[in-house]
Amino acid sequence: MAPGAALTWELADGVAVVTFDLKGEPVNKISAAVKQDLLATFEALEHDTAVRAVAFFSGKPENFIAGADIEEFVRLTTAAEAERLSAEGQEMLGRVARFPKPIAVGIHGACLGGGLEFALACGYRVASDHPRTQLGLPEVQLGILPGAGGCQRLPRLIGARAALDIILAGKVENARKAFRLGIVDELVHPAILKDVTIAAAQRMAGGWRPRRKRPGGFRGWLLDGNPLGRRLVFRAARKQVLAQTRGNYPAPLAALEAVEHGLTHGMAEGLKREAQLFGQLAVTDVSRKLVQIFFATTALKKDFGIANPPPPAVVSRLGVVGAGFMGSGIAGTAIAQAGVDVRMKDADLPRVAKGLAAAREILDDRLKRRRITPYEHARLVALLSGSDHYTGFGRAELVIEAVFEDLQVKQQVLREVETATARDAVFASNTSTIPIHRIAEAASRPEQVVGMHFFSPVARMPLLEVIPSARTAAPVVSTAVGFGRRMGKTAIVVKDSPGFWINRILTPYMNEAGYLLVEGVAIEEIDRLMVEFGFPVGPITLMDEVGMDVGEKVVGVMYEAFGERFAPVPAFAGMVKSGRLGRKAGKGFYKYAGGKKGSVDPAVYEVIGAHPNGGPRPAEIIQRLVLVMLNEAARGVGEGIVRTPRDGDIGAIFGFGFPSFRGGPLRHADDLGAARIVSELERLAERYGARFAPSDVLRDQAHHNAKFYPNA
Amino acid sequence: MPVANGRRVAVIAGCRTPFCRSGTVLKDARAVDLARFVARELLERTNLDGADVNAVIFGQVVPSALVPNVAREVSLLPQFPKEIPAYSLNRACASSGQAVANAYDEIVLGDAEVVLAGGVESLSDIPILASRRLADILVEASKAKSFGARLRTLSRIRPRDLVPVSPAIAEPSTGETMGQSAEKMAKENHISRAAQDRWALRSHELAARGTDDGRIPAEIVPWFPPRVGGRAGDAVVTQDNGIRRDTSLEQMAKLKPVFDRRYGSVTAANSSPLTDGASAVLLMRDSAARALGYTPLAYVRAYAVAAVDPGWQLLQAPIFAVPKALERAGIEWKDLGVIEVHEAFAAQVLSNLQGWAALGWDINEDIINVMGGSIAIGHPFGATGTRLVTTLASEMARRDVQFGLLSICAQGGMGLAMVLERR
Repeated sequence: MAPGAALTWELADGVAVVTFDLKGEPVNKISAAVKQDLLATFEALEHDTAVRAVAFFSGKPENFIAGADIEEFVRLTTAAEAERLSAEGQEMLGRVARFPKPIAVGIHGACLGGGLEFALACGYRVASDHPRTQLGLPEVQLGILPGAGGCQRLPRLIGARAALDIILAGKVENARKAFRLGIVDELVHPAILKDVTIAAAQRMAGGWRPRRKRPGGFRGWLLDGNPLGRRLVFRAARKQVLAQTRGNYPAPLAALEAVEHGLTHGMAEGLKREAQLFGQLAVTDVSRKLVQIFFATTALKKDFGIANPPPPAVVSRLGVVGAGFMGSGIAGTAIAQAGVDVRMKDADLPRVAKGLAAAREILDDRLKRRRITPYEHARLVALLSGSDHYTGFGRAELVIEAVFEDLQVKQQVLREVETATARDAVFASNTSTIPIHRIAEAASRPEQVVGMHFFSPVARMPLLEVIPSARTAAPVVSTAVGFGRRMGKTAIVVKDSPGFWINRILTPYMNEAGYLLVEGVAIEEIDRLMVEFGFPVGPITLMDEVGMDVGEKVVGVMYEAFGERFAPVPAFAGMVKSGRLGRKAGKGFYKYAGGKKGSVDPAVYEVIGAHPNGGPRPAEIIQRLVLVMLNEAARGVGEGIVRTPRDGDIGAIFGFGFPSFRGGPLRHADDLGAARIVSELERLAERYGARFAPSDVLRDQAHHNAKFYPNA
Repeated sequence: MPVANGRRVAVIAGCRTPFCRSGTVLKDARAVDLARFVARELLERTNLDGADVNAVIFGQVVPSALVPNVAREVSLLPQFPKEIPAYSLNRACASSGQAVANAYDEIVLGDAEVVLAGGVESLSDIPILASRRLADILVEASKAKSFGARLRTLSRIRPRDLVPVSPAIAEPSTGETMGQSAEKMAKENHISRAAQDRWALRSHELAARGTDDGRIPAEIVPWFPPRVGGRAGDAVVTQDNGIRRDTSLEQMAKLKPVFDRRYGSVTAANSSPLTDGASAVLLMRDSAARALGYTPLAYVRAYAVAAVDPGWQLLQAPIFAVPKALERAGIEWKDLGVIEVHEAFAAQVLSNLQGWAALGWDINEDIINVMGGSIAIGHPFGATGTRLVTTLASEMARRDVQFGLLSICAQGGMGLAMVLERR
């Protein structure tokens, strides 16, 4: 038996069967202690003459190795330290790769980051054909790169193109795809994984070596098997990375360099460059921010948003009232992600039919992307049904309404649902603006009423706002958060206040874009500047996506609740009146043809009564848009709209794409500093009006030199 | 009330898809899709938890070669636990009637408490057979040891071998088609063309009335197409499409007889059309119904099946099945408050009525097929039995009559009769 807590081994027919099982942890990860253990174990295996080969497995039922220990990584303070960490990892895996006896690994469950780098250093990889078996190098998502030889070994195994595809996007692939790419040598049923792996180790001990085809065949050689083709591949990849990151994220470019350097100058040089670049990336602000987001989302996966949360109710049947765009999105996503039985209800059958077809498209899409098999698809399709009555609602544990955004309509639906459902069923309203306590006024069981605010399109937007009213029972909050999570959403629990969190901070930003338009800034200029700032789309495009009618409604509610600083921009009124509702209407600020966004529609300037003539300078435009949002976010935090700045930042990043490398609006405010923000806001207020008046929260912070994240 | 083995069998609810002429709006739906849909909707309508079902039995007359046991595909719906056993059966046009009978037996014997019985047919989804010679050659080729041998075998295929064989609705023992049998019955029983057309018109008129007053729609669950768009067949299907409101005796009289063009009387108008559809009924042991909180529509009191020589009058077995069922029920013809007679052909219905009258029974047409019958509504072979059970039980509840009867004639010279009771 080997020493150490994580690794054990036993001998079977000349093969050392090593099991990695990190005690006291749900998943295996590679820490300094594990590294020691690995080295010691391999040392022992090397000297034990009875050992002719090694077969390596995880002792966790559903996980191989999840990666390196991130806690260790965040303690790094200098680039040199980080470079050393990378070099040590490389050295260890170098010893694995040079190990005199053959090593085969049997992979079942997640094999990510350092876990895959370890597997790549071994001689033979067998993966189980199981949905849980996922392989990938997600490092760039944390702003770093695979620093234990991954940038060298993966391209040598599967070719530069395929490797860059995975490394630069931080992709994780299922076992089948990994097999197709050549990352693993065999794909087998989980029940025989162990036997097949041990047999492979034995064969290798007898002198057999796996024969691998040239990655990608002849075409692969043409493209990246020779220096000329490779240069083209790298040039194309670099161009694509720059287009996607706009220079805001250094990790993919650095990873690209590490791969290219290794392929040009050899493995040793490549490893050296890889470690250097890892060191540099590890201490960048971007990486810090991305790691914070990672920790925040991980924490939110376990956080029910209330103290001492009771367990969520088991939801096996979901009722969805309103078969429109949101309702069908909720229905389809609930089936695809949570596998629940869904019953949709709308006023008439054609609407139900349309909603069912739209929900089904989400399932069809997964089939098309080969995320599910045709059999799984057939099973999921059978979970979807609908009616123009409330038949079948009697067994629904949760009902989500997504009807027209109108208090009376929603209250009417609530009353109907209460009659149709069991006493303990939860009623969730997918309202974007109406306070939940107002809707719950119509309820005979107001404690069962909660807000679940999804974002459009539901299948793709990762955020869910859960809004308890003052009367909502604690288990109902747990149920809403728990179900949102099953739907694959990151849920934040926010206060029952007009606009909740997302619309509260988004509305002033959208409005400001309207003011800028009126002042003569071109539509594409506003969008371009905010994309440059790091948003996935600019505010005008976002308005087209959300829909001007929805936007007008939101602003109306906010104006009523908070007064002058939310005053609707008069220029926008014409948009709704002329039917320019945005993408869904086929025309908004931009033209839309065949579902595709086109160029700005010049006719729109007539509608809003403005003409592009330059307007303020770019820096001022960005400042106005960003600060008006930060100011409102600070105010919201002061009012307790979000429980923590963490929730606020995650909400903004996942809800409307606030640039993640800036860490969210509140992190960004911390970075700018309250004092600076306050003085800029005062200047803007003087120039453009009271809507820029700095919030008390920011004034206080400026005064006390305080921050949203005091310990950061 | 006789209580078999101390157990009573309650009809809780039933529903069906719209019945649509084959090749029309349901043509893209496979039989298995229709069957699963109707079963699922029955759960929705009754708010029954799938885990409470003990057995699933489905009738189907022309099964798809790809889904030979459609009932098992129904019981593998995600709404059910995977452990519910299921089988499909074939008693020709009485198949889903037989499914209810078998469910009754299982419950009476104490083998099950809750059974989902149904039936389905898609004549838009029937297997097309290859010619015998082509099939032989293909099988031989698949066993060939070398490529050359395979090629040699395949080279024997001749163009005429490629003509597909579609299954006909003919008796294997006599070669007589269903229509020819009806034609024969019309002649032997002296059923006139006018009488047949009158019965067909009555069927359409009553079915239209039942549709307009909501009794028929109450049994139908709307069928949603998988996709919506501009194409025909993309709209929600809410009604049977065989019911004709524009027909008249004059128009019917213009039609040429199909099976005997010279002296015949059976026409497309006085026969049931080829139809796609599915139906299902939920049956429970009385005590289970009470425990789960259901109020039964009716109870199954007795059933009987009879058969005659197919070479005699193919569709006349009901005249033997019905007396048997009444005897088992311990009641008489005159005790019946509502009667549902399957209408394969008007000639067959009138022959059946004539046969019963010959027993000295008084035929009161006012209580027979009060919402029309298969001629108007359509006849997806496997699905008609459970449609009749649903219609009969619902109508008995509406009229609050104690006893009701259903009678179905079937291919092979068979007939099935079932007596339902209210209290």
